Amino acid sequence: MSSTNTAQHGTPADAYPPDDMGRWGEFGGRFVPETVMAALDELEAGMNEAFADPAFHAELALLARDFVGRPTPLYLAERLTEDVGGARIWLKREDLAHTGAHKINNALGQAIIAKRLGKQRIVAETGAGQHGVATATACARFGLKAVVYMGEEDMRRQRPNVVRMKMLGAEVIPVTNGAGTLKDALNDAIRDWIANVEDTHYLIGTAAGPHPYPYLVRRLQAVIGQESRAQMLERAGRLPDAVVACVGGGSNAIGIFHSFRDDPVRLIGVEAGGTGGALHARSLSGGKVSILHGSRSYVLCDDDGQVVETHSISAGLDYPGVGPEHAFLHSTGRAEFIGATDDESLVAFDRLCHLEGIIPALETSHALVIAERIAHDLGPTGDVLVGLSGRGDKDVDQIAARRGME
Amino acid sequence: MNIPRPSLAVYLMANEDAPALAEAAVRGGATVIELGIPYSDPLADGTTIQRAAQAALDAGITPERALELLAEIHARVDVPLVPMTYGAIVEGYGIEAFCRDAAKAGAEALIVADIPPEESGPLRDAAAAEGVDLIHLVAPTSRPERIESAAAASTGFVYLVAAVGVTGARENLDPRVAELLERTRTAAGDTPILGGFGVSTRAHVEGLIAAGTDGAIVGSAAIDAIERGGPEALEALVRDLAAGLPS
Ligand SMILES: Cc1ncc(COP(=O)(O)O)c(C=O)c1O
Repeated sequence: MSSTNTAQHGTPADAYPPDDMGRWGEFGGRFVPETVMAALDELEAGMNEAFADPAFHAELALLARDFVGRPTPLYLAERLTEDVGGARIWLKREDLAHTGAHKINNALGQAIIAKRLGKQRIVAETGAGQHGVATATACARFGLKAVVYMGEEDMRRQRPNVVRMKMLGAEVIPVTNGAGTLKDALNDAIRDWIANVEDTHYLIGTAAGPHPYPYLVRRLQAVIGQESRAQMLERAGRLPDAVVACVGGGSNAIGIFHSFRDDPVRLIGVEAGGTGGALHARSLSGGKVSILHGSRSYVLCDDDGQVVETHSISAGLDYPGVGPEHAFLHSTGRAEFIGATDDESLVAFDRLCHLEGIIPALETSHALVIAERIAHDLGPTGDVLVGLSGRGDKDVDQIAARRGME
Repeated sequence: MNIPRPSLAVYLMANEDAPALAEAAVRGGATVIELGIPYSDPLADGTTIQRAAQAALDAGITPERALELLAEIHARVDVPLVPMTYGAIVEGYGIEAFCRDAAKAGAEALIVADIPPEESGPLRDAAAAEGVDLIHLVAPTSRPERIESAAAASTGFVYLVAAVGVTGARENLDPRVAELLERTRTAAGDTPILGGFGVSTRAHVEGLIAAGTDGAIVGSAAIDAIERGGPEALEALVRDLAAGLPS
């Protein structure tokens, strides 16, 4: 039942699968300790069975409509467009999805699969806390136990989401290793999963990790691109010239890109440029091919293979790796990856607040920086589609503190 | 690589103390030394080895320096040496160069915790070209066909994961060890099988031997002992564990 109506939906969600080794080109694979290899086989089989089962699609579609609020709107940002003075800027409003970001699309789909596999306990990592909240929400909805690992630094800078997770009944475990950010949370979530693999599903929050996770997450997030492609055709009467999305591990970006794979549309991923100097999280535009968290992809590491320190103002982009399918799209040139700095993103954040009355997540603000630039360069006849991946409620404390606001 | 049967393998983190510690371990009865080459994100390791790896990295231990330390250990003790690390480190070094330099430093086998048999083709070839064995892991969760392929692909010895989880000293080993061992034995043929992950007491060693392994691997408990009391404490621990081996 995956979409095959290409006229409306573009590339089907299951097109361009990885090869038998779980790779796109040289990227992906399974680089994990033996203890979890069987769980990955089990998950792959569970994924295949679910996606072949109309009942799975029906359950997910109903939840998408009545619980998440899908389809999310496509919104023409008229005042932003006018202010930039270029192409029309269209926002795919994942910020309006239940829990405030695209993360819920993946969390619900994986929770259903986990249930089908008989798992009672869910372990997840979170950076910005949006995936943690989405996981806590899905677990509450399905009566599963949620354990969420979150770096201490991220708990500080995304406090509202920590409170939300706890209200939803999740256990939040602070991670003090390393810099206490997303990478460290993944490490500990994976270690927990290794120790409890028999009754626990690891609900990864991005399109990374060992096979089948990157493929599974993309299939669950492809709804963003399917909807927005149809909405663009209906509203703009044409496909966009470019699709722009921020890239942490890459789930919202791969989700919105995928439907446009076979179209003459530029796919542009925006990575965290950090301070603009040595401190950033631009894995694709600044890293090299290595192994991290179970797959081969681009990684910010030194010549010895040791992962280096990253920085981004946005916790959700502050990650030294990236999903393997993005690495593949980068290597073939099908997608372009550009950095936006902390400061540029804060400007874009303000502009969307003031010009459109929408408070975007700091992650999302990175995409807006480049979307404005591309819209300007394209000129008035063009159309730019932006994945508005999440809302900025979680960021208000951080930004208020930065600006000395009361 | 030919390891004695029964064997007690002791895992040490590569740091400046490692040569002296290896001597202490061998005095206590270690018959194999595993040397951890520190990696920033060791997914298979619990807190003890994570901390040891981070301390080694903070002290400036690079993969090059780790192999120099291996060579020093090789000069000082007469037991088989087995570097243990992660895929990112081996690939960062260059797979062929790593196998060549490890062999030169005295490595007889390699363990790469996150490279399962299906991803190990290039590594297996490079290791074989240098006469270095490649050791794979079998776990209580491994399905029969994986046990067979991992055991058959392993040379030197097969690493039997005796507890579900990451490394770290624990009270009880997995109750499925006996069954896992039976399958592994069939597939491994003459290759020795050592049990590890969680081994910290003489009773664990005795349990592994009783189950039919050719010995045990001790890691986190060895590092805990070193943190407590240096080479003397390590030697005492190893001596106690070695007493669990049949003589
Ligand atoms: C709103 C929002 N956008 C984007 C991201 C980045 O993740 P991904 O690259 O997987 O979309 C996050 C992650 O926390 C997020 O919360």
